[in-house]
Amino acid sequence: MSDARAIAEQTARASYGRLLAWLSSRSRDVAAAEDALGDAFRAALETWPETGAPTSPEAWLLTAARRKLIDGARRQNTRILSTPALTLAAEEAEAAMRADKPFPDERLKLLFICAHPAIDAAIRTPLMLQTVLGLDAARIASAFLVSPRAMSARLVRAKRKIKVAAIPFDTPGGPDLAARLPTVLEAIYAAFGAGWDFEAGAETDPHHLTGEALYLASLLTQLLPDEAECWGLFSLMLHAEARKDARRINGAYIPLSDHDTSRWDKNMIAHGEAALAQAWRLDQSGPYQIEAAIQSAHAAARLNDRDISDEIVMLYRQLVEIAPTIGAYVGSAGALAAAARPEEGLHLLATLDPARVENYQAYWAVRAHILDQLGRKPEAQSAYDRAIGLAQDEAARKFLMQKKTDLHLPRT
Amino acid sequence: MKYVFLLYDDEYAWDTMEDAKRNEIFGAYMAYTDALKKSGVHISGEPLTHSREGKRVRAGGVQDGPFADGKEQLGGFYLVEVKDLDEALEWAARCPCASFGHVEVRPIWDIGN
Repeated sequence: MSDARAIAEQTARASYGRLLAWLSSRSRDVAAAEDALGDAFRAALETWPETGAPTSPEAWLLTAARRKLIDGARRQNTRILSTPALTLAAEEAEAAMRADKPFPDERLKLLFICAHPAIDAAIRTPLMLQTVLGLDAARIASAFLVSPRAMSARLVRAKRKIKVAAIPFDTPGGPDLAARLPTVLEAIYAAFGAGWDFEAGAETDPHHLTGEALYLASLLTQLLPDEAECWGLFSLMLHAEARKDARRINGAYIPLSDHDTSRWDKNMIAHGEAALAQAWRLDQSGPYQIEAAIQSAHAAARLNDRDISDEIVMLYRQLVEIAPTIGAYVGSAGALAAAARPEEGLHLLATLDPARVENYQAYWAVRAHILDQLGRKPEAQSAYDRAIGLAQDEAARKFLMQKKTDLHLPRT
Repeated sequence: MKYVFLLYDDEYAWDTMEDAKRNEIFGAYMAYTDALKKSGVHISGEPLTHSREGKRVRAGGVQDGPFADGKEQLGGFYLVEVKDLDEALEWAARCPCASFGHVEVRPIWDIGN
């Protein structure tokens, strides 16, 4: 009984994205393919416990989903959905499966569709999580701090856009690939970031989004093994994830310099290092590789007791040069402060557009730290206050409040 | 768009709280209020006293607090003006109350005056 359910759930995790990619790249209708696949999984949960799981669960699901899709297409009489083509393609895939070949993996097309320039940047990551991993809208909504109803509506709109604008299901090649890959990487990294934010608030990430994002990053390295930035992103995420258990202890935030390295996942760090080495071998530079190199240097510094502050400053300078984001500038300022060059850090912060840093918590936290270091205590206090007021995470809030208390200024 | 944040928490927890903890929470609220003001979204906001000091008035008469409506009681509010619901939710998540109670975000009904 529960075996069949377990197989259905396991198939869902491993095959959902594969099946959806395959169905939607043929029907060109992601929403209809999702509905059909959802029905197929429901039917599997009802049927398999009685009949036992089929030998090829994917083939079974595909056949059930295809039937639904064709029924739906007939009812709607739509021209986008070409029934004969779909039937032929399904037969071809089923034949392929019977020949014990792996099911065709077209998830790369799905990743590129989700991060297509025509799709609103804010919905790319949620769309990816829903289509490739099958996460439900409510879970995605909480992770992105959006109301579940609004998230559902945005996802529906994005899928309608793919259909109406007939955004092609293809994998870009040559210069197109280089131009479009960054949006895919960015969307995967945003999924990791959303999981990270929540992990910051609680002991663990209640949405397990960091794990899902790692799965996507790992998948991308398998699908595009010759792209160095895919390995760079994967390495960056592995390094960050490896320190998870050291970052929060009993709800308190622990800065990297105070991490108990026995709580680091050394195996994951080794995987991160291997991914970075793989990226270097491909000899194409990029921002994720630099960020991974920064994290790799931090790990080496703590594990081998080595001073790497100048190396980090240099890496951040490279990062700011090729990817001048606010986050990179703030990180760069922090690196200068750690290298006993706080004036330069403060100077760098002063060059940033005030409107863009107004609500950026990390900016105020780094600014406060630098002013504190320079002995400019009243200014440091006011920057700490701003960082505390912008914190969404209780552990970070408490950490900053302690730093503010440590300034020993008279209460105002 | 104007929104009100209604802050709910366990008001009885305040009765037994140590001073240090209470000061910490006050400090967090001050910093939060200050950030709302500096970002120009703050219109107003006030904390409320314990519901045992509240009264409920209906046509039938007056009822003394406290009101046993649930585990968390209304303990304060903010009125803010932001671009959209996403921004409202982002600010609500920064409210210290979101860490130990909950924040209800309600759009102000614009009736055109």
